[in-house]
Amino acid sequence: MLKPIRRIFIANRGEIALRVIRTCRELGIDTVLGVSEVDRDSVPARQANRTLCLGPGRPGDSYLNVSAVVHAARSSCCDAIHPGYGFLSERPALARACEQEGVILIGPTAEQLEAVGDKLKARGHAQAAGVPVVPGGSAATTDEALALARQIGAPLLVKAVGGGGGRGMKKVLDLARLPESLALASAEAGAAFGDARVYLERLVTRARHVEVQVLGDGAGRVLQLGERDCSVQRRYQKLIEETPAPGLSPGLRSQLHDAAVRFARHLQYRGAGTVEFLVDVERGTFYFLEMNARIQVEHPVTEAVTGVDLVAEQIRIAAGEGFGARAVEAEKRGPRGCAIECRINAEDPAHDFRPSPGTVTQAVWPAGPGIRVDTHIERGARVPPFYDSLLGKVIALGDDRPAALARLRQAIAATAVAGVATNLAFHARVLADAGFAAGGVDTGFVESLNV
Amino acid sequence: MSLTAKDIETITRLLEASSFDELELEIEGLKLSLRRRGAVSAAVVAPGAAPGAGFTPAVQAVPPSPESATPPPAAPPSVVPPPAGPDILTAPLLGTFYRSPRPGEPPFVEVGSRVEPDTVVGIIEVMKLMNAVHAGRRGRVTEILSQDGALVEYGQALLRIEA
Repeated sequence: MLKPIRRIFIANRGEIALRVIRTCRELGIDTVLGVSEVDRDSVPARQANRTLCLGPGRPGDSYLNVSAVVHAARSSCCDAIHPGYGFLSERPALARACEQEGVILIGPTAEQLEAVGDKLKARGHAQAAGVPVVPGGSAATTDEALALARQIGAPLLVKAVGGGGGRGMKKVLDLARLPESLALASAEAGAAFGDARVYLERLVTRARHVEVQVLGDGAGRVLQLGERDCSVQRRYQKLIEETPAPGLSPGLRSQLHDAAVRFARHLQYRGAGTVEFLVDVERGTFYFLEMNARIQVEHPVTEAVTGVDLVAEQIRIAAGEGFGARAVEAEKRGPRGCAIECRINAEDPAHDFRPSPGTVTQAVWPAGPGIRVDTHIERGARVPPFYDSLLGKVIALGDDRPAALARLRQAIAATAVAGVATNLAFHARVLADAGFAAGGVDTGFVESLNV
Repeated sequence: MSLTAKDIETITRLLEASSFDELELEIEGLKLSLRRRGAVSAAVVAPGAAPGAGFTPAVQAVPPSPESATPPPAAPPSVVPPPAGPDILTAPLLGTFYRSPRPGEPPFVEVGSRVEPDTVVGIIEVMKLMNAVHAGRRGRVTEILSQDGALVEYGQALLRIEA
């Protein structure tokens, strides 16, 4: 099936909206950007061929309004919708509305979104695909949870079934405190996701977060474009990502790649996606965490070492054109060099990294060989309080990891953003750290820095 | 010189009758691009606007009707700044604006109509859901600012209602 895509509606904002516009321009595709009232004058709004105001600043009234997005896309004669990440990107409701209205969703099917959006279902699919999962399970009552917890053993994690981003997630070190943590996790999950179900799983004390980028054509063909290590996290929020994952044994690396491909193939996955794994450092093994059925914030590191434009691949797949030659080649050839990314956020390290909205009075971004910056922030840009605090991403590519790291240190030192608080000093500190330079830190690394 | 809306209509008709898909016209600092496929990407770029980062005025799109296979022709673009102020009733949500309850029926209001705050002055349809638009104030309609059947964005001027 070949359905040409000539105009794309972008249902997102910030750096990812700009990122999608850039690829559309290269491909000669028109863009219509849906904006909220507070984003009318944003950089992406000026770069798109046309903007349509979806509603007021609050995401629920604009970027999360499925009807407004689909109506706007259809009425502006767009062939397809690119949802970016966050917002509506993984909502089956958008996929379904697109199917009904005859608009292509640049992403997976509604069924696939449902299969991976629910952690319990996703876990079941992982098991069916022969992908290892963390020992654990769901429990309906406190008694059941206690029995299950005894099997799994402490320490363990209580997680929200419908959750993400660390909300509804509780660590239980002592089984005596399980009932209390269950009640808290359930209440948090109910408030944040409208789904109070929780499940328990073994807590891996020394874990690395390693994920694999895949592309699926929707007919069972799946490519993997290598892994990304995202172990530098603060409260489950990724801050630094890199590829290849440093210090993984070749055996473990290829097992991860194979597992991701098996999982995506099992779903007959369509589009770009990321299969996330927890690598158990002490046991030298790994478990399936979840699949993100969208483009990821950290996709540029993969693009840097493969030369593949992942957004262009998403559009190709959505148009029924299959994979690009470059992506097919990149899978065979493997990565060239190393790439590391820092997420620059408007958050205040002096106040527990709380978001710092405001108006940017100065924005100096780095440039030079091997440096890429994805940002929508320039002098005068507003950082509204309604959305996530990502200001931009600085990515460094080098022939090897020390070269990439040296470039990234220079680049971060050359970056200056004023008017809002940023985590730039945090990044400088991590990049200067001997443990990080050695490579292969675990997810406890940021906490150990005492920031 | 500048192009009037009537000039652009004429040019649009000429393009439609021709075998070309696109037309680009530059006259003394004004640039007009018309494209046939997709039918709504007509834009007049004001002189001095940076290329790429340029100001693209919102162009009214006629919603595609499911029955007709041919895309609707481009509506003439507007280069005047959008009306604003306390007299302007703006769209409370994005959707398709209808001035009458059903096709062929008389409009809810015309220029000269007197309205009360709860007077229905139009409908905004979003994915087949009809939302009544109320005048929100007492006064007299002095100008109709959005066409029947047009896609209106959130905050777009619909009517001028003077007290």
